[in-house]
Amino acid sequence: MLLIHCPYCDETLPEAEFTYAGQAHVIRHPEPSSQTDQEWEEFLFIRENVKGDHFERWRHFHGCGRYFNAVRNTVSDKFLTTYKAGAPRPQLSDLKEGGE
Amino acid sequence: MSLYRVAGKGRVTTAKPVSFSFDGRTYKGLEGDTVASALLANGVHLMGRSFKYHRPRGPVAAGSEEPNALIGTRRGPGRFEPNTRATVQEIWDGLQVTSQNKYPSLKFDIGAVNDAAYMLFSAGFYYKTFMWPKSFWHKVYEPFIRAAAGLGVSPTEEDPDTYASRNMHCDLLIVGAGPTGLAAARAAAMDGLKVVVVDENPEAGGSLLSEPQVQINGQSAWDWLSGELDALQELGVKVMTRTTAIGYYHQNMIGLCEKVTDHLAVLPEDTPRERMWRVRAKQVVLAQGALEKPLVFNGNDRPGVMLAGSAQTYLNRYGVLVGKQPVILTSHDSAWHAAFDLHDAGAKVQAIVDTRDSVNEALQKEARDRGIPVKLSHTATGTSGRLRVKSLRVNPVSGATVGAGYNIACDAVLMSGGWTPSLHLFSHTKGSLAWDDDRTTFLPKETPEDCVIAGASRGLWGVAAALMDGAEKGRAVVAALGKKANVQDYSVEVDRAGSGVSHKELPTDQNPGKAKAFIDFQNDVTAKDVRLAVREGMRSIEHVKRYTTTGMATDQGKMSNINGLNIAADALGKKQPEVGLTTFRPPYTPTTFGAFAGYHRGDHFEVVRKTQIDSWAEENGAVFEPVGQWRRAWYFPKSGEDMDAAVRRECAATRASVGIFDASTLGKIEVVGPDAVEFMNRMYTNPWTKLAPGRCRYGLLLGDDGYIRDDGVIGRLSQDRFHVTTTTGGAARVLNMMEDYLQTEWPELNVWLTSTSEQWSTIALNGPNAAKLLQPLVDGVELTEEAFPHMSCIECTVAGLPARLFRVSFTGEIGFEVNVPAPYGRQLWEALWDAGQQYDITAYGTETMHVLRAEKGYIIVGQDTDGTVTPYDAGMGWAVGKKKPDFVGMRGLARPDLVAEGRKHLVGLLTEDHSKLEEGAQIVFDKNQPIPMTMVGHVTSSYDVGTTGRPIALALVEGGHDKVGDTVYIPMPDRTIAAKITDTVFYDPENNRLKIGSGV
Repeated sequence: MLLIHCPYCDETLPEAEFTYAGQAHVIRHPEPSSQTDQEWEEFLFIRENVKGDHFERWRHFHGCGRYFNAVRNTVSDKFLTTYKAGAPRPQLSDLKEGGE
Repeated sequence: MSLYRVAGKGRVTTAKPVSFSFDGRTYKGLEGDTVASALLANGVHLMGRSFKYHRPRGPVAAGSEEPNALIGTRRGPGRFEPNTRATVQEIWDGLQVTSQNKYPSLKFDIGAVNDAAYMLFSAGFYYKTFMWPKSFWHKVYEPFIRAAAGLGVSPTEEDPDTYASRNMHCDLLIVGAGPTGLAAARAAAMDGLKVVVVDENPEAGGSLLSEPQVQINGQSAWDWLSGELDALQELGVKVMTRTTAIGYYHQNMIGLCEKVTDHLAVLPEDTPRERMWRVRAKQVVLAQGALEKPLVFNGNDRPGVMLAGSAQTYLNRYGVLVGKQPVILTSHDSAWHAAFDLHDAGAKVQAIVDTRDSVNEALQKEARDRGIPVKLSHTATGTSGRLRVKSLRVNPVSGATVGAGYNIACDAVLMSGGWTPSLHLFSHTKGSLAWDDDRTTFLPKETPEDCVIAGASRGLWGVAAALMDGAEKGRAVVAALGKKANVQDYSVEVDRAGSGVSHKELPTDQNPGKAKAFIDFQNDVTAKDVRLAVREGMRSIEHVKRYTTTGMATDQGKMSNINGLNIAADALGKKQPEVGLTTFRPPYTPTTFGAFAGYHRGDHFEVVRKTQIDSWAEENGAVFEPVGQWRRAWYFPKSGEDMDAAVRRECAATRASVGIFDASTLGKIEVVGPDAVEFMNRMYTNPWTKLAPGRCRYGLLLGDDGYIRDDGVIGRLSQDRFHVTTTTGGAARVLNMMEDYLQTEWPELNVWLTSTSEQWSTIALNGPNAAKLLQPLVDGVELTEEAFPHMSCIECTVAGLPARLFRVSFTGEIGFEVNVPAPYGRQLWEALWDAGQQYDITAYGTETMHVLRAEKGYIIVGQDTDGTVTPYDAGMGWAVGKKKPDFVGMRGLARPDLVAEGRKHLVGLLTEDHSKLEEGAQIVFDKNQPIPMTMVGHVTSSYDVGTTGRPIALALVEGGHDKVGDTVYIPMPDRTIAAKITDTVFYDPENNRLKIGSGV
């Protein structure tokens, strides 16, 4: 069972308290009507399938209830970092495995 | 004293005899015996029949890796467990043990004809032998295979035992309490560290228990062991025995299964049978040791053929000679010591047969001194004896030539093909392995976890090496924890570290195609099966494994994996590391379902959610149905009524006067805040800005793909407060979705979302008399068409209780939903029930609710929609706020395939012959087209007991909205039903009945 750091509670807690919520930084355009069919298709359906460091969303469901972002390595299953929703996407070069 | 018990040997308590039964016969053993050691002490080797060929089998090992000696254990009613290893189960007075996979008896088993018919059961036989005729599979082959093959029989009674679940946190967890693990614990048990050592055996000590001759720091091994255990206890180390580390999970979480009562004659009160521990350790030392490998030769599975190291364990730990005239067959030095120990305990060792052409001179001298004949450069080519080995056939080997064979009479063959480091838990960590050519085995390389592996499990043989490595690794993990380690030195004498070589199957002078040279004893896989699999095209070891089933039995290939790999690699003409090893998976040893389930059984397995009114429904004879986790009243039969009759009566009574329905399970979400209306505008398809406080609206929720996700009536209680209802099953999903958009897309909106599903009890009153019934109980509003029209809501009091009153209808009749704080639910229900007596009020359940709503064409999301239905498909374009700049799903609705022609539309169906359609039945336009027909939709809802006088159905049909009046066909197995497409509203399409005072 993974241990996950909630950036809102600032606690590292067992995976059972969290739910996975898909790829991170998939932005819903503020004016969806301005989007072409292809742009909307990409927003709805096209996701990365990363072997390696993956930006993804988690929710501290059985805790504070907040959605947040994380970088997790899909091979080692280790978290490189977690950060609040809305915070800028971190540079991978600044991160190392197991860090928070 | 039993026939094969050796006085003065072993750790069993001679003064404490224990009697138990095996296949109905009583045997005597000693306290400290396992079933296997006690039976062996009585000269019993035959303990089971094999999986496929029903060959007689005895124990080949002495520990949890045992593949053959599987037994059923019984302790009174309900307490039966199949497939327990006789080598692990401790005996106690009254234990009942049975052998498995035999009929009528262990000694004479009809299934053994499979052995003669072995050609039928070669690798992949499932895919080949029983293919034709096709019709034979279900009736002949499968029942035969299921009856003939297999392990124990599943218990049929409910397990009366309890199982516990526990969490533990520690600084260091050590798996294995042998010399390596104990040395690591000693090094770490300083500086306040919390250290836990676990071992699957009943006592700590590991290999030391089988090697009493070793001297450690001037003490005998067993004296040192007991002193060391005392010292560790003094230092606060927790040593858990009978506790198996079953799996190594992410981030140093280890699962432990502790067997608490299986060894006790009398079950203590209030004690679980097993405890599942979830341990989170900062550091882990794996010291699981090594497992001995069998040699692969014809007849290597006969009872009496066993691992040399296990024979040594039976002698030194249990005081049991497994044979009085054993012959040793080995490719490793360690078996020589087994020969010496058995000789010294009184056995007449017939010979030491070694496959190697040169062996350490000191060992040869020790053999000569004892008068044991030594045969180097030999192979074994067969065994004899029906239920117990009587002789071993050996042949000299010179280069590639196998010479003439001859028999050596014996009552046991003790074999050793060398040792395999136990890498199971290390593999669970995704640890990488490296092939070691010298030892012909894989050794651990790197692991991503905070874990080190020490001692024999990384290929270091001997007690001295184990202690040194354990201490060193213990110090290393303590350093990693930033603490001070204990520095301990060990001097070891009479150690028996040795070396050896590894083999594929042993060379033979006979037809290898007829050899029964077993690799995997439990799944009856032979060397020729693996070679056949390679000949038939299996290239990957994963394919070889699945095709032959080698390593797939309950022992997970503990003894067989490396032999299987060596032979597969040879057949493929590759080196072992190029072929690779199959993945070890948890659990390490078979683990009971009880241990995994823990407390989560019976009522605690899944919550049954009940409303406050559930008790009334139960008292009044309701039949219930599960809806998600909720238990809901389905219908309320009167005496003699079946479901159809009850539902027909409930429907009629509601349309004629008034019906009462428990709607408390409806999901409810309170949406509050200055931006609540903006949030609602963005979430739901409908426009909300102009909805006045005190009014309700039917809301439709889409996903951003444009498909319907949920629906419900939403009341605006004030400018900044909405009472949102959702479907019963959708409540959590809808709240999640709202939170997601609010938190991550529109964090600027000032809105709070609160689940209130369980805060309100909700009672629906429907029928022409609903308003008349309710009015006298309501304080704060006149229930007239003018003061409180359809789709109104208000906070008021009902029957003296604070209430939120909604005028809504899911039946087409005048309808109210009264929400009161949840605990008052039953009180309100009874008040309404009493007040309704003068109107013959009728309680109805979910089935009547479904029928009445279907008559009005009201959809149920998830029944009439399936995640690919748009509001337009469902005929609810009117609910879409077309002038809004955006809402969730608005852009999605404009996707090319959502505006394309020919989408499936929700329509009504009326069958021409007035028969009821099956929900889910497929629909076609042309009943005469050839099969396979083009399916154009399916029936989503269908009822025949309502108030419209004939069966009705809702269906999704391609282009259905443009086909009203057309006939479609529903092909069924026995006939084809014709049905006319209609509008979805079957009852009161003008909605006249919704009006108070309309006179209907």
